[in-house]
Amino acid sequence: MGLFDRFKAALGKTNAVLTHEIKRVFSGSPKLDATSMETIEVALLSADFGVSMTSRILKAVKTSYESQGSQSSSVSEIAQREVISALQQTTPVANGIASALRIVSVVGVNGTGKTTTCAKLAYLQQTAGHKPMLAACDTFRAAAVDQLKVWGTRLNIPVIAGAPGADPAAVAHDAVVAAESRGIDWLYIDTAGRMHTKANLMQELQKIHRVIAKKIPGAPHDVLLVLDASTGMNAFAQAREFHSTVQLTGLVVTKLDGTSKAGMIVAIQHELGIPVRYVGLGENPDDLQPFDATAFAQALFAA
Amino acid sequence: MFDSLSSKLQNAFRNLRGLGKISEDNIAESLREVRTALLEADVHFKVAKDFIEQVKQKSLGQEVLASVQPGQQIVKFIHDELVTLLGSDHHALQLSGNPSSILLVGLHGAGKTTTAGKLARLLSKQGRSPLLVAADVYRPAAMNQLETLGQQLNQPVFAKHGQNDVLSIAREATEFALANNRNTLIVDTAGRLQIDEPLIQELVRLRDLLKPQEILLVLDAATGQEAVNVATHFDKALGITGVILTKLDGDARGGAALSLRAVTGKPIKFVGVGEKHDDFEPFHPQRIAGRILGMGDVVSLVEKAAEAIDEEDARKLEEKMRRGQFTLQDFLDQLRAMKKLGSLESVVNLLPGGAEIAKNNDLGKSEREFKRMEGMICAMTTQERSRPELLNAKRRLRIAKGSAVTVAELNTTLNKFAQMQDMMKKMGKLQKMMGRAGGAGLGKFMGR
Repeated sequence: MGLFDRFKAALGKTNAVLTHEIKRVFSGSPKLDATSMETIEVALLSADFGVSMTSRILKAVKTSYESQGSQSSSVSEIAQREVISALQQTTPVANGIASALRIVSVVGVNGTGKTTTCAKLAYLQQTAGHKPMLAACDTFRAAAVDQLKVWGTRLNIPVIAGAPGADPAAVAHDAVVAAESRGIDWLYIDTAGRMHTKANLMQELQKIHRVIAKKIPGAPHDVLLVLDASTGMNAFAQAREFHSTVQLTGLVVTKLDGTSKAGMIVAIQHELGIPVRYVGLGENPDDLQPFDATAFAQALFAA
Repeated sequence: MFDSLSSKLQNAFRNLRGLGKISEDNIAESLREVRTALLEADVHFKVAKDFIEQVKQKSLGQEVLASVQPGQQIVKFIHDELVTLLGSDHHALQLSGNPSSILLVGLHGAGKTTTAGKLARLLSKQGRSPLLVAADVYRPAAMNQLETLGQQLNQPVFAKHGQNDVLSIAREATEFALANNRNTLIVDTAGRLQIDEPLIQELVRLRDLLKPQEILLVLDAATGQEAVNVATHFDKALGITGVILTKLDGDARGGAALSLRAVTGKPIKFVGVGEKHDDFEPFHPQRIAGRILGMGDVVSLVEKAAEAIDEEDARKLEEKMRRGQFTLQDFLDQLRAMKKLGSLESVVNLLPGGAEIAKNNDLGKSEREFKRMEGMICAMTTQERSRPELLNAKRRLRIAKGSAVTVAELNTTLNKFAQMQDMMKKMGKLQKMMGRAGGAGLGKFMGR
């Protein structure tokens, strides 16, 4: 299955809801009146687009409709254009410092799928012919280390782990040392889930990064925030807080296969400028796909 | 934006003062604000729409009391209406039969396993004998997680590694419970999507086998519009008896709770409010209502304070302050008591409009300052703490070194403290004076 088809299949539900709503509005009443605008608004809101993103799209639809009339462009086309433009407003953040060992720190609130994502990311590099390694720095949650070890065995990827309750920064340090001596080129750091509102836990994260940077200047090269696709408006707060603490370089949106709501990605990328790098579309190791904004927007609105 | 909901509403309603009635036209704008607040809190759009409609119906014709601002009245009205919708009383678990069982179901990462542990602890405190049953046969190491939790909580766990059939796990667990005098099974199931039919059917078979007294849907408080789909699917398939809302210690507004309640009618029984095993509470509709509307949660703050501060200590401290005997040691105690309330930011956030304050001020900086002060006082001897006048240059140098600050910073802190002490003395005197002068004196003082 191609990438576009995967997106399309995974987003089928959203797509169905949106196109149905939009079609209904425009076949029933060709005029762009208050009711039809409200119906579009509802369709967007129910997809977790958020109030500000929704009004932005509505505004664009209105402007475009008034200047060109209903014939020239359909609402779904206008909306699609708006989504793509919002998704392109990103600042390039990838760390430019060259290093034989690239370190990726994976962060997020509890239960978004960080551990699974780490394993999938490492698998992605492995299939591309690289030598990845996993560092189990979630020493807080019961058996989180075991979970990553199981993945390591399954995928045949080495895992560096500390004892439960150990200092995660120390585990990260050991992992960097081990990765260097074994000639690893990608190291994925699985951190413990933490609420973005807990100042001390956020500081712990900074400490992990400080320790890594001491070993390898410029590291971690990537800091990925894992977001659960079913999260609503709070996803903004999560992204904003993590970004201000550890300077995110990208988002990974997980569990996108089950939900009909994906608009939150658009809103975050538009408002915070952090690009979505990968999306999780299933439970298999290869269900993590690099994010493609155009394909995403097309699948979201394609008739 | 929604933090200032009440003030926005009051603005919108200011013009209405003097009107005897609220009319459809003059509340439209305010209701739009309320709708935005609900949507930003992740309340499902249909639920929000119905809710607004209801509030509109009920507001129309309500007399606007002359003494009360109509805006405030409407906010209170909306708040009360939310509370009613969320369910007014706490619903306890209905556990009968031996062994009785509780089935925990939900999406991936909602917090089922952690909740199972917390629930076991609560039930065992209430005198029941729970048995944790590890029925998550899919996620790697899920069974280990429950076993570790069981060890930490000192609660027995039934797990069969390598067994992939949840029904046989359930059967054996029931036998194990009967043989070992455990009267409540808490079954931790694997996370699954509500549309994953084969996995949902697995739950249906598990339910038919166990005939659980409670089927609880575990839901992340930050869930968005999807909450309605999740709840309806799980409820249709299994007939859930209630909901546990997790991760409410973050700043998610928890509008999902309202959506859930509105579409399933099932009560929210517990909320998870932190990472520790006892961060688990019965559900209070008033608090969620305030949270959804961004009105702060003063009740929680008072409760937190009551927990952290000993009343007797507080009384003694007040007495000391009045007499001007407030020492550096007392100051240290106070700093530490304050820390028990949580971070400054989390405390401020509980206040109405607090999120706005937190956003506009660097509370982290104030917090770091407090921490430095604590360090300085800790570097002093007991004597020095009660008699700051002892602090000569040599001692100051030692303390500054011991707490890794500059002498200048130490001096500033000590000066601030001296000023504070001075003010307390003055206030104590003033209070005494006013006490003697009585009510009339106070009146004169206030210029009436």
